[in-house]
Amino acid sequence: MKNRQGPGRFLFGLAATLFIALAGCSDNRSSFLDPAGPIAAAQKAHLLEVIGWTMIAIVPVFVLVPLMLWRYRYRNAKARYAPDWAFSGLLDTVMWGVPFLIVAVLATLLWYSTHALDPYKPIASDEPPLEVRVVGLDWKWLFIYPDLGIATVNELAIPENTSVALDLTSDTVMQSFLIPALAGQIYTMPGMRTRLHLLADEPGRFEGMNAQFTGTGFTKQKFATLAMSRGDFDAWVARVRAEGTPLDAATYARLAAASTGAEAKAALKAGAGPQDVIYFSSVTPDLFAEIMHRYMQGTPVPPKLQPGAVGYESDAEETR
Amino acid sequence: MNTDQPLHWLLGRLDISALPILPAIRNPTPSEFVAAGAALAVIVGAFAALAFLTWFRLWTPLWRDWLTSTDHKRIGIMYVVLAIVMMARGVIEAGVMRTQQAFGLGGGFLTPEHFSELFTTHGTIMIFFVAMPLIAGIVNYIMPLQIGARDMSFPVMNQISLGLTATGAALVMISLVLAQFSNGTWAAYPPYTGLDFNPGTGPDYWIWTIVFSGIGSTLSGINFAVTIYKERAPGMTLFRMPVFCWTVLCTAIIMIFALPPLTVAALMLGADRYLDFHFFTNDLGGNMMNFVNLFWLFGHPEVYLLVIPAYGVLSETVATFSGKRIYGYTSMVYATMAIAVLSFCVWLHHFFTMGQSANVNIVFGVASMMIAVPTGVKVYNWMATMFRGRIRMTVPMIYAIGFFYLFVIGGLTGVILANPTITYQVHNTLFLVAHFHNVIIPGVVFGLLSGYHYWFPKAFGFRLHEGWGRLIALCWIFGFSLAFLPLYALGFMGMPRRTANFTDPAYLPLLYVALFGAAILLVAVVSILIQLWVSVRRREELAVPLGDPWNGRTLEWATPSPPPPYNFAILPQVRCIDDFADAKATGRAYAEPGADAYEDIEMPDNTPIGVFLCIGTTVLGLALVFYIWWLAIASFVAMTLVFIVRSFRVSSSHVIPAAEIAAAHRHWLDQVRAAAPVTRLEETHSANRGLAVLERPEMTGAAQ
Repeated sequence: MKNRQGPGRFLFGLAATLFIALAGCSDNRSSFLDPAGPIAAAQKAHLLEVIGWTMIAIVPVFVLVPLMLWRYRYRNAKARYAPDWAFSGLLDTVMWGVPFLIVAVLATLLWYSTHALDPYKPIASDEPPLEVRVVGLDWKWLFIYPDLGIATVNELAIPENTSVALDLTSDTVMQSFLIPALAGQIYTMPGMRTRLHLLADEPGRFEGMNAQFTGTGFTKQKFATLAMSRGDFDAWVARVRAEGTPLDAATYARLAAASTGAEAKAALKAGAGPQDVIYFSSVTPDLFAEIMHRYMQGTPVPPKLQPGAVGYESDAEETR
Repeated sequence: MNTDQPLHWLLGRLDISALPILPAIRNPTPSEFVAAGAALAVIVGAFAALAFLTWFRLWTPLWRDWLTSTDHKRIGIMYVVLAIVMMARGVIEAGVMRTQQAFGLGGGFLTPEHFSELFTTHGTIMIFFVAMPLIAGIVNYIMPLQIGARDMSFPVMNQISLGLTATGAALVMISLVLAQFSNGTWAAYPPYTGLDFNPGTGPDYWIWTIVFSGIGSTLSGINFAVTIYKERAPGMTLFRMPVFCWTVLCTAIIMIFALPPLTVAALMLGADRYLDFHFFTNDLGGNMMNFVNLFWLFGHPEVYLLVIPAYGVLSETVATFSGKRIYGYTSMVYATMAIAVLSFCVWLHHFFTMGQSANVNIVFGVASMMIAVPTGVKVYNWMATMFRGRIRMTVPMIYAIGFFYLFVIGGLTGVILANPTITYQVHNTLFLVAHFHNVIIPGVVFGLLSGYHYWFPKAFGFRLHEGWGRLIALCWIFGFSLAFLPLYALGFMGMPRRTANFTDPAYLPLLYVALFGAAILLVAVVSILIQLWVSVRRREELAVPLGDPWNGRTLEWATPSPPPPYNFAILPQVRCIDDFADAKATGRAYAEPGADAYEDIEMPDNTPIGVFLCIGTTVLGLALVFYIWWLAIASFVAMTLVFIVRSFRVSSSHVIPAAEIAAAHRHWLDQVRAAAPVTRLEETHSANRGLAVLERPEMTGAAQ
């Protein structure tokens, strides 16, 4: 908090520290007040700036209301009583002018920050960017690494200090993808692609989640983001290749059925990795595009062919 | 629920499995017991109400004086009663959810499915059947009195609006007993609420609840606006109206323009579900974001629809209890209008995270921030109103002080949320839940409850018990602070909203605090009922029949309490803002009119059409939810026939003779002349019969 400007920053730094202390109890970092990348750090800084500027308009209310109540209490005969006084040009100018100026300042900040932190904007980094395709399923996340030919469920490993470019879609209802310690959220929607860029500038384990309610398994739709050194990352990739199973169309159809990560892992009899994580050693090429285009054929997609729908049959694809 | 069963033509998909009692017997878990208990509570409550009415022989008065009444005052009271009944359910649901979350580490006692139904009904009820009817009720009662009108422009349509709102509430209540209400959140985003993902009755219940009550609210909006435009007393120019009436006008405009997108979105979702349309499905070119756009095109103006009348109430109470004119009347009017207009320009901030371009987000973000300017001006205006006033810390003022502190925090978090980059982080988290409860409870609820306390003596002729009122207000203020301010921190900690259970123990301490706060809020709600009971018991000592218990400033206080059905014996001649305060200061008030001043007054007849429509639409809604097509057609035809039959009525009004009016008015004036006026020190004592001592700066010595 050394380089932040704005009134009231001490007070809110204090409050923020309290939140971080509370959030920091677990080793699974899940707050942008405890950022691990430039995007989340900038979002936190912006938050404190906005609070600081807004204090100019708020502190007078907090201070003046009790003073007014005391001074003009009914029994205080000494206070002046002016029941017909109802306007002052100067006061009105201040009342409209000050909030307007604050909003003008905040709007300028908003303009710059929204452009600077646009989720679609690539982040400059020394290393070449890592591309990951994300598919939101009921109630788990599928991460496809197209350049590496591997995929995982509920575990997003990334090398530190490397820009990560995510392409996201959903193969069920709309979801919202969020890794608080690294970047903001973005919706994933069936038949559509959204994008998000993030970068971790330190190794660590950061909680990711679906923040949009999607049914009974919604609260289980969490995943671990593992930021690691380049060497550890390469070892992780090798491990996924070695211990994972192939992700072909039939496997994907079963994976996409409504289930939590742990349930899917049991259904697919996948062994490696933590209990709700699945590793895939290879991926059908163009799987992401196929998922996106499932709904864009101009033909009806009946419930038995829609993952997440009531009546979805994971073997319907083959028998069609 | 399959089409092969023998009685399908008769009962559609309604069968024995729709009763929630059965699963509780088959599968006795806490979650099922909560559901079964709720169903039993509805059934027992309904039977208790029926027994009460029968035992005390109240059916005839209920029908004659209330259900068929077209009097705006009685309709207003019925709206408020509906709101309080529904508030009981909404608050209990909130308590159950808070308890679940406090025990939600790794499980809790409710199934996620049950939890999702709870937050869906809680949201739907609190917005559509608590906040909206409270507003419609208070507006109905007060606005015509404040502008010096005898009734609304369309009294029968007013009754129909109430009937349709009651239909929606009835459907939500029936859903506790028959099958399930939606589990798709109050915003009901498809495709989750589409037929493919949610084939049950839930979303259908939501759709018809929203459609019928939405039409009712649109009609209310038209009625309010036309009444303000056409029914003002002589001399009551727009810029002499009390600020509350200005806020009603703004709200009415929002109702007229914002409710139709919701009704249309719900009907389009219905077309998807019933008629195989593809507006919002995943396949065949459907796009769920179109629903989201339509919903928030309603949803954002909606929150201003709710809070603007609360601003109006505060404008009245702060001025009255400071003994002063409202500061910056014109400024206040422009600020309110600015908020109403801007409210239509910000809906996209509910989905900054959709993936649109930065420039689109900037436009809507800046527009959202702009609303902070007129809102801030309003708060400063109220403070300036207290400046050089003589402030009495009565119950409405306690609410106002709670509002100043807490609503300002809600405004701060609103400005935070207007920034797309910060919303990217806190969207869909408890931060958001904290924010909108922070504007709706300290804003809307505090405002309306202070209005309830302020205007209750006008409606019933006696004051509410002041001590209980103070307790309730303090419970709301501290209960709210404990229940919701911790949610800001939980949101920053990354806890998503609508979370039935979680694995991070770091959430627990704050969730316990929130549970404690919720318990205080429950005490507040129960105390509202106790206060009512105590006040009714002591109504003789609290009586204020002369009509002006608070040294009021506006026209409604110039009538007896309760006012006669025609409101004003003689329509007032308005000379200025705060006309009644001026009349008292200049001696115009309580003047004896000449004998020829009284005229016959024509008032609308009672009609049962609102009740018929309420029953008809409830049956229609249930028939559509359960696919009972013959009943749907029958109820629709029956309602159409009711309208046709009504159109044959030749006369729909009756005349109250001038002599009767004159006698009642003179009797009241005699009482006023015989009574002893009280100073503001005796305001909350039994000496207060509703006649105030004039208080002017040149007389302050005398008031001590």
